Amino acid sequence: MTTQTEQVSPQNSSPAERLLFGGLGVGLILLSLRQGGQSGILLGTGGALLISGAALGRSVGSAVTRVQRTEDDNIIVQRAVTIGKPVDEIYTFWRNFENLPHFMSHLESVRVQDGDGRRSHWVAKAPLGTSVEWDAEITEDEPGRRIAWRSLEGATVPNEGHVDFRPAPGNRGTELHVSITYRPPGGTLGAVVARILGEEPGEQVGDDLRRLKRRLEVGQEPTTEGQPSGRKGAMKAEAKMYDNRRTT
Amino acid sequence: MKAVVWNGINRVSVERVPDPELLQPTDAIVRVTATAICGSDLHLLDGYVPSMVHGDILGHEFMGEVVEVGPEVRRVKVGDRVVVPFPIACGKCWYCEHGLTSLCDNSNPNPKLAEALWGYSPAGLYGYSHITGGYAGGQAQFARTVYADENLYKVPEGLTDEQVLFLTDIFPTGYMAAENCNIHPGDVVAVFGCGPVGQFAIRSAFLLGAERVIAIDRFPERLDLARQAGAETLNYETDPVFERLKEMTGGRGPDSVMDAVGLEAHAGGPGGLADAVKQTTRVLESDRPHAFRAAIMACRKGGTVSVPGVYGGLADKIPLGAFVNKGLTMKTGQTHVHRYLDRLTGHIQRGEIDPSVIITHRLSIDEAPHGYQIFKHKHEGCIKCVLDPWADPEDHEPVGTK
Ligand SMILES: [Zn+2]
Ligand SMILES: [Zn+2]
Repeated sequence: MTTQTEQVSPQNSSPAERLLFGGLGVGLILLSLRQGGQSGILLGTGGALLISGAALGRSVGSAVTRVQRTEDDNIIVQRAVTIGKPVDEIYTFWRNFENLPHFMSHLESVRVQDGDGRRSHWVAKAPLGTSVEWDAEITEDEPGRRIAWRSLEGATVPNEGHVDFRPAPGNRGTELHVSITYRPPGGTLGAVVARILGEEPGEQVGDDLRRLKRRLEVGQEPTTEGQPSGRKGAMKAEAKMYDNRRTT
Repeated sequence: MKAVVWNGINRVSVERVPDPELLQPTDAIVRVTATAICGSDLHLLDGYVPSMVHGDILGHEFMGEVVEVGPEVRRVKVGDRVVVPFPIACGKCWYCEHGLTSLCDNSNPNPKLAEALWGYSPAGLYGYSHITGGYAGGQAQFARTVYADENLYKVPEGLTDEQVLFLTDIFPTGYMAAENCNIHPGDVVAVFGCGPVGQFAIRSAFLLGAERVIAIDRFPERLDLARQAGAETLNYETDPVFERLKEMTGGRGPDSVMDAVGLEAHAGGPGGLADAVKQTTRVLESDRPHAFRAAIMACRKGGTVSVPGVYGGLADKIPLGAFVNKGLTMKTGQTHVHRYLDRLTGHIQRGEIDPSVIITHRLSIDEAPHGYQIFKHKHEGCIKCVLDPWADPEDHEPVGTK
């Protein structure tokens, strides 16, 4: 990826978008007042967020989804995490792309297709139980420093990305800086829909990096799924809302 | 098994729920022999901590006997008698390795809510809402504990449950609050709030070398207990606290001041929402932030304000001008329980402190709802309730045995 595509330009929302989300916000607050209690607070908070976004005239779609865009209108996701392991260990783990689905929840599989692992075939889960496939190639490979890759011609969702590995100061392990650029179908609207379906890219990459950190530092993800509770009926769904939201 | 379950604001009940199971290879199941009701449980009871869900099992102060361990548990054995620190440490992250276990990077399975509210997620906590992981608590007959090797602390022979139970939270919490005061010989320490944490803060301040401790509360039984520990006391209902503190310290003010009261935690959110959220959370009806404000005002110039009290969201009208112009230091935090366990167990073994003195009520688990009520309203002289999950409610003495 070239550096100028990494520049992020703020988006302003259209009047229609502001009206839509502002209205939605007012609705949520009204609902929260009727609802009361904890769920009421959550609804009210969500509603007020939407209103403030609309009032500020920031792109509400982008604000809600936290979607960042490059100057040529691609969606870019940049996330970083520090993992308490040596650079080489993490580089080696990542360099074998077949490891990626272990922590990238939206990936079904990655198959390395040639001897040096530069070309690979990726299968990703898409909304509504479908899947998307593409081929990718490694475009840069500096052991212990950086890996960059790019989807090849014919990908439904053309994408490219790179990860930089930097020793963290004070023996804190390794900083991973990940950047992925892609154009989802349907622009901002598509991203909003994707977000609603739990497939929003930025959050997803953040979750993925956290999962990688936990895998490498502890060997497992913490979980509360399956623990006892006195939950009845609808409360199970409410707990689910708060609990481990995974896209697996 | 029986468990104490949160069923909405001011509604706790004792219910039959499924026994816990090992969910991960590093888990252990503890048969709970003693558990306590904590002041921070009251924030849950009162509905000030967001993301509680009906049916959540409460309790983060518990101990017992290990009855089952996962295949990857090495250090902890079936039959071990253990206390369970309330913050969950993974033992492997930078924070855990540096003794900051309540800030563990990896033990909260649900960190996104915490990040939205606080920027970063602290450790997972038992029995303490879904922001900190939604782990089922220990006010139950059995509890699943996680990362057993890193967390379960084996109790030395010869100490009773009541002597060691408070190592799970309030003793280290009071101790860390005192440690955060940076006490030097000759120092005078003021403690706002003489509840369980305040009691341990007072005793810990003396252990750490405070010359004098001045304790502030309004309940006579709490002030009595503070005096028994050697503190001078002020009743804020009848004494003008600021003036009295000044006078008692030769006009200097206390060298450090602890807020062991805590604000009723309230639902946070971006600043612009503060007013709306406050209304829905009834925070404006709470007078508890006064203790924090008063601590800042009362502290001497260049002194330290230590905050062991629980704060959850946003607070306003903090006297920042006083804070800055007096050059104060503030230290806070959920307790890094693990780092204090050996040290505090030593104090107990040498008889330098008897944590059980704060217990006023011993109840069966079936009486937990009653326990919550008397603790919340300070009825029956209640300072601290301990629950026995296995006692027969029939032959259990429900009245305080202090
Ligand atoms: Zn507690
Ligand atoms: Zn940790």
